[in-house]
Amino acid sequence: MVRVMLALSSFALLLAQEPGEEKIPKENPYKSESDLARGKRLFLGHCAPCHGPSGDGGRGANLARPKLLRASDDAALFQVIKEGVPNTEMPGAFEMIDREIWQVAGYVRTLGRTAAENVPGDRVRGEQLFRNKGNCVRCHSVNGQGGRMGPELTEIGARRSAKYLRETLLAPETNVPEGFLMVRLKTKDGKEVSGVRLNEDTYSLQLRDLSDQPRSFWKQELAELHHDKGKSPMPSYRSVFSEAELADVVAYLVSLRGSL
Amino acid sequence: MKTGWLSLIVTFTLAGQVTYDRLRQADSEPGNWLSYSGNYSSHRYSRLSQITAGNVKRLKPVWIYQTAPGKVETTPLVIDGVMYITEPPSNVTALDTRTGRPLWKYQRTVPKDLRICCGQVNRGVAALDDLVWVGTIDAHLIALDAKTGQVRWDTVVADYKTGNSLTAAPLAVKDKIIIGMAGGEFGVRGFVDAYEAATGKRAWRFWTVPVAGERGSETWAGESWKTGSATTWVTGSYDPAQNLVLWGTGNPGPDWNEEVRGGDNLYSDCLLALDADTGELKWHFQFTPHDGHDWDSTEVPVLIDGVVRGENRKLILFANRNGFYYTLDRQSGKFLAGRQLVRQTWAKGLDDDGRPVRIPNMYPSVEGKLVYPSVPGATNWFSPSYSARTGLFYVAVREEGGVYYMGDADYKPGVIFNGGGFRGVPGEEPWGAIRALKPGTGEVEWEFKLHSPPWAGVLSTAGGLVFGGTNEGDFFALDGASGKSLWRFQAGGAVTSNPISYLSEGKQHVAIAAGNAILVFALTD
Repeated sequence: MVRVMLALSSFALLLAQEPGEEKIPKENPYKSESDLARGKRLFLGHCAPCHGPSGDGGRGANLARPKLLRASDDAALFQVIKEGVPNTEMPGAFEMIDREIWQVAGYVRTLGRTAAENVPGDRVRGEQLFRNKGNCVRCHSVNGQGGRMGPELTEIGARRSAKYLRETLLAPETNVPEGFLMVRLKTKDGKEVSGVRLNEDTYSLQLRDLSDQPRSFWKQELAELHHDKGKSPMPSYRSVFSEAELADVVAYLVSLRGSL
Repeated sequence: MKTGWLSLIVTFTLAGQVTYDRLRQADSEPGNWLSYSGNYSSHRYSRLSQITAGNVKRLKPVWIYQTAPGKVETTPLVIDGVMYITEPPSNVTALDTRTGRPLWKYQRTVPKDLRICCGQVNRGVAALDDLVWVGTIDAHLIALDAKTGQVRWDTVVADYKTGNSLTAAPLAVKDKIIIGMAGGEFGVRGFVDAYEAATGKRAWRFWTVPVAGERGSETWAGESWKTGSATTWVTGSYDPAQNLVLWGTGNPGPDWNEEVRGGDNLYSDCLLALDADTGELKWHFQFTPHDGHDWDSTEVPVLIDGVVRGENRKLILFANRNGFYYTLDRQSGKFLAGRQLVRQTWAKGLDDDGRPVRIPNMYPSVEGKLVYPSVPGATNWFSPSYSARTGLFYVAVREEGGVYYMGDADYKPGVIFNGGGFRGVPGEEPWGAIRALKPGTGEVEWEFKLHSPPWAGVLSTAGGLVFGGTNEGDFFALDGASGKSLWRFQAGGAVTSNPISYLSEGKQHVAIAAGNAILVFALTD
């Protein structure tokens, strides 16, 4: 009888619960060997393009660390995979069912067993190089100070791996982030303008030019319009920084984690 | 004097009374917009010609009505000075066409535990006699008094808790209301229903997935038919001469894991020809047998009489989500012609019967498979148009690829059952176009490029124009003969609906939903 009563009341609880408000288990319910194997396959297909095949980061955050910044426990990791991270390039995995998300989460936790990334270089020296010799602040801002042409870098260390940052310093065109497409145009009366695209539609284009001014054009006024995909206004720092200086700048950038 | 009285009586009896005869002869009263696609043939063509290439530059908004929040995909109806729209999630509002002011509102409280894949949208109402009909997001069919918005009938069509919902505008045919349903991402069993307008009672149902033993059930491996989907979420067309309802069906379930449902999976991704009185299947044409990419064939079928291969025929023009354009014979359902509509990488082409010749290994995989077109496809629910003036078929198309993932598919009633998913192609900037096709062949007559893949339909007019909309909020007019851009208006919100045209106080108006608003335009002096 008691068992029947219990069963009935838990059934009632289930009924009262609305979809989307289902309680996420605190611990991963899918941790068998086959779950991990499936999680790895899913990770390679869905996650590796940004986080790297071994999860050590790239365009996406480095996941091969014991503690994840936005996912302190399994439930939080599940939530991050399912819903994504607002205001970042991390989308929600709406294409996966809950069990698959847990399988991926389980696999991501195994990545955490690898040693945390060891970054050589001196971040204090790196900051000086960033400000002075590199003049990076002309285009990038950190904690509200600096230019606006390039991406804001206050939290860059939490979002990009050291490898990715180094690669970007040497060859900026390999990693142009979303929202920084370079456009070049020539108006019918011969004016040439280039800058970062702010918005575009079938009939018009808005950009921020190289002197940081917003500009707007009707496409019918243009003689030429080029979308310079894969181009960046940022120069390569290959010949600017020595190998040691590069390591210092990367160490500085990796240390930028904002409030995270 | 006698004539005067007679016309008064006629006017009185006609006002608000949308008889079947009026619906069948909708082309003879272009001042109104009586059904979802404008006429039973779904031409979405206005015979009004006051607005032309020469004066369209003087088109200005005359009023704007702000809707409830949510995505607005409604096609307004206009009947004798009243515009009927739906607002998210399942509300109906009657607006005075002179002022844009509401005459009444029907506001439905919908349950909190809805199971909806893709937004609580609604695409409009149907009108018959003195009632307007709306399908609701919780799968009820409601009849409202056209004068007051009072509920006349409220019929449960299906159980929303297992994932059924109604988003399409119903179609009034004779004394019946035909309605399709949505829920193809929940493993539901699809159907097309007809209800008696006089009572709100169901007259017939055609199940789009046959049960074991029925004709077509052999096209489903094992018990996979049980979660076969094949939903019917866009309004179809009607051929009075043959008494045929022509209605498209959606993807088989689960969407992206085709391995669990071997076979052609009838009647998913089909065009169905159903007897309007009984719901009996007269013929079907399947565009994408054994679909693994979620390419619903719920696009609007356009009926014309035209010449194909030198022979005059009754035709169906169909621009399909799978990347191909089709011309079918309306009497037999046989394939007559087809042509690639957008970039596609999954089929070598169509064979003599219109069946796609598949390229191997293009189904979704666990690691992701790059295929063109994308999941939203070459085109989608938004309406094409056929112009009696130019003889061209106009369609908004999407040039975009997708990475398709296969995942597990565990069926639980009311829980998403799509077996995978998709992403955009990294680094790709997809685009779109309005294309004008020759109906008999699908050859492109002209193209107007759009910055991004559109989610809005087109309207053509006897004034020689084609109206359309963009994601970036542009509502625009093109020259129907050349595709030249003639006019545009920045509406401030994505256009995700279909345009219509009608007369108000003797002047031609054009209406479109954009963002959370209905915008109405007319020529200014």
